[in-house]
Amino acid sequence: MLPSGIGQIVLYSVVLIALALPLGRYMAWIYTRERDDVVERGLFRLFGRGSGDEQGWKQYGGTVVAFSGLFILVVYGIQRLQHHLPLNPDHLAAVQPHIALNTAASFITNTNWQYYGGEYTMSYLTQMADLAVQNFVSAAVGMAVLAAVVRGIARRSSGTLGNFWRDLYRSLVYILLPLAAIVTVILITQGVPQTFHAHATAHTLQGATQTIARGPAASQIAIKQLGTNGGGYYNSNSGVPFENPTGLSNFVEMLSILLIPAAQVFMFGWMVVARRHAWMVFAAMFAVFALGVAVNLPAEQHGSQVLRNSGVNITMGHGQSGGNMQDKEVRFGQADTATWTVATSDASNGSVNGGFDAQTPVGGAVPLVNLFLGEVIFGGVGSGLYGMFFYILIAVFVAGLMVGRTPEWLGKKIEAREMKLAALGALFVPTMVLAMTAVAILTKSGLASVYNHGVHGFTETLYAYDSQSNNNGSAFAGYGATSFSASFGTVALIFGRFVPLLAALALGGSLAKKKIVPASAGTFRTDGGTFVVLLVGVIALTAGLMILPALTLGPIVEGLMH
Amino acid sequence: MRTVVRSLVVIVATTLVFGFAYPAIMTGFASVAFPGKSTGSLIHDKNGRTVGSRLAAQAFTWPRYFHERPSATVPAYNAGATTFDNLGPTSPDLATFVHDQAAAILKLEQPYNPGLTIHDIPVDAVTTSASGIDPDISPAYAQLQARRVAAIRHLPLATVQTLIKRNTDARSLGFLGEPGVNVLELNVALDKLGGK
Repeated sequence: MLPSGIGQIVLYSVVLIALALPLGRYMAWIYTRERDDVVERGLFRLFGRGSGDEQGWKQYGGTVVAFSGLFILVVYGIQRLQHHLPLNPDHLAAVQPHIALNTAASFITNTNWQYYGGEYTMSYLTQMADLAVQNFVSAAVGMAVLAAVVRGIARRSSGTLGNFWRDLYRSLVYILLPLAAIVTVILITQGVPQTFHAHATAHTLQGATQTIARGPAASQIAIKQLGTNGGGYYNSNSGVPFENPTGLSNFVEMLSILLIPAAQVFMFGWMVVARRHAWMVFAAMFAVFALGVAVNLPAEQHGSQVLRNSGVNITMGHGQSGGNMQDKEVRFGQADTATWTVATSDASNGSVNGGFDAQTPVGGAVPLVNLFLGEVIFGGVGSGLYGMFFYILIAVFVAGLMVGRTPEWLGKKIEAREMKLAALGALFVPTMVLAMTAVAILTKSGLASVYNHGVHGFTETLYAYDSQSNNNGSAFAGYGATSFSASFGTVALIFGRFVPLLAALALGGSLAKKKIVPASAGTFRTDGGTFVVLLVGVIALTAGLMILPALTLGPIVEGLMH
Repeated sequence: MRTVVRSLVVIVATTLVFGFAYPAIMTGFASVAFPGKSTGSLIHDKNGRTVGSRLAAQAFTWPRYFHERPSATVPAYNAGATTFDNLGPTSPDLATFVHDQAAAILKLEQPYNPGLTIHDIPVDAVTTSASGIDPDISPAYAQLQARRVAAIRHLPLATVQTLIKRNTDARSLGFLGEPGVNVLELNVALDKLGGK
């Protein structure tokens, strides 16, 4: 395999860890700092007595739900009214109702599933005031909830998890904003547009005219990568040269996908004082990530059936990177597209730098499975790690069953209530994905969205509900928007976000109340290699086995075709 | 009710800060520090007319120009509405498309490259890009077209090959990404040489 390609992947991993370690420590400090800053003091004075007090899990969760619900209405409203509002130099019409609602739900839930084409549907105002704001806010909500759950794990005999407004503010201002500003500047140096000028018109060398879409793109792209949002400024997302012009911009955007979720694992280690355990969780995540690249890259380099049979030259070398170049860009080739594909599907980011629909059956199965694992391999900002906690509890529980003792995790006894919440958190979304896919392929309205017919159409459908339910947002993009698919998808988006979120908060609340029991000789150690193997095994056996039958109907059958 | 009021305050505040102030400050910085790059990397001719962007492919069909990769946008190379092609790996439509593209390239290039077969066509020449406006072609595809362009423009092959080299974007920092030949810049450079 291409040495420079492998080199880029190794370098990516090293830089990721080198940046995630200090960032994790910094975030732990931010979320545990006792003193409020000037803005926080002002805000709580404005909000009135008690507004800055610690909240129990129900109060915290209630605030999250109310806040998100109101924001959905606002985002929906701006899209519907964009033709009456300023900053619409290209005179785009109001967004259709079912698309607007799906988009509102999609951005509030940190999914950024796109049933619309950015540059020709959304005005500059909508992109900035609606979508870019949600890129920050929905990410910060996930980060806040994680901070609360981690506090629950760290505390003992406590009834509270923290204050949502404070956590939200600190996530936004101390973490997301500075990182986004840095990434924006790097992207601008690489050629990503950042302007309020209207689309440019060019007179081409052959005498035709060409419209060139631009706008305040860099600032939005920075946060859509960092906040595991993924909704592109342009329709083809980071495949578009304006969104991702060079190898360096690609590297920085890929780093931004995994940076915060990876750092949160180390943050967790600092906050609960279990740094070895955090490293083991990181190791399990990294192993699954590396496995994904190791499957996707050779499959794509080997090429699709159509291209192999066509007779054209798909061999790497002699001035080309070769392989399955369908819906991929020359400046990225196979290695950079494969790394991105795996990172974005592990991390619930959902941005893409090449089309997934055109990937080989084996290559395309990698993001499909990654999504189905529940976006816990790094996962979404915040949501990834709190989702991983469900699997950790199941792993600890299984280990406890093997030795016949009450399972313990980080000094706390894991009992029936915690296991029920873990099972709900881990199994609800995969079950919903399979049920919704079944409905979508059994109904006429569902089938209307399919673009590639036959087996590949099934995969498109499965991917659509997999992606929306798991709040990823990437797509086998042939799958089309109809009023049925958009509305059905809205349900997937909202339940996929809030059921695990509330289960995690409840879990945090339940763990916060517990006392610490001293570790004994019978305690299963969660800071060694055995735990890594067990954790990966539990994920594979829970979610992995659930998707196997569906995988057989889709990519596996297609892979056997020639 | 208190939560609703507080939420509304936060919604207004975050919209002002992240929806307006943040992009405005970034745009202000960009317009001062990188006026060309931040407005779409446009290329102008000597009369100041915009001929395109170095980041967007445009339609080249005349034989005196290097040609771009195929595009799935409507119309082709629409830099206002990018899109994937989305044809799957076993799609019969994709097979037909690739076959037709390859046949057209053979017909165009064979007179200048005797003995050229389909096995000599690099894969990027017959596949759509992710954006539909991929500004680059692989160095291999540029080499394939070099003889035709040189012959039609009555230029020495070596001159054309030097221009290809000069308009090849290497990997960033020498190791990130893959090298590609920027077709629009290459064609603009050819036109500057004259030889019409």
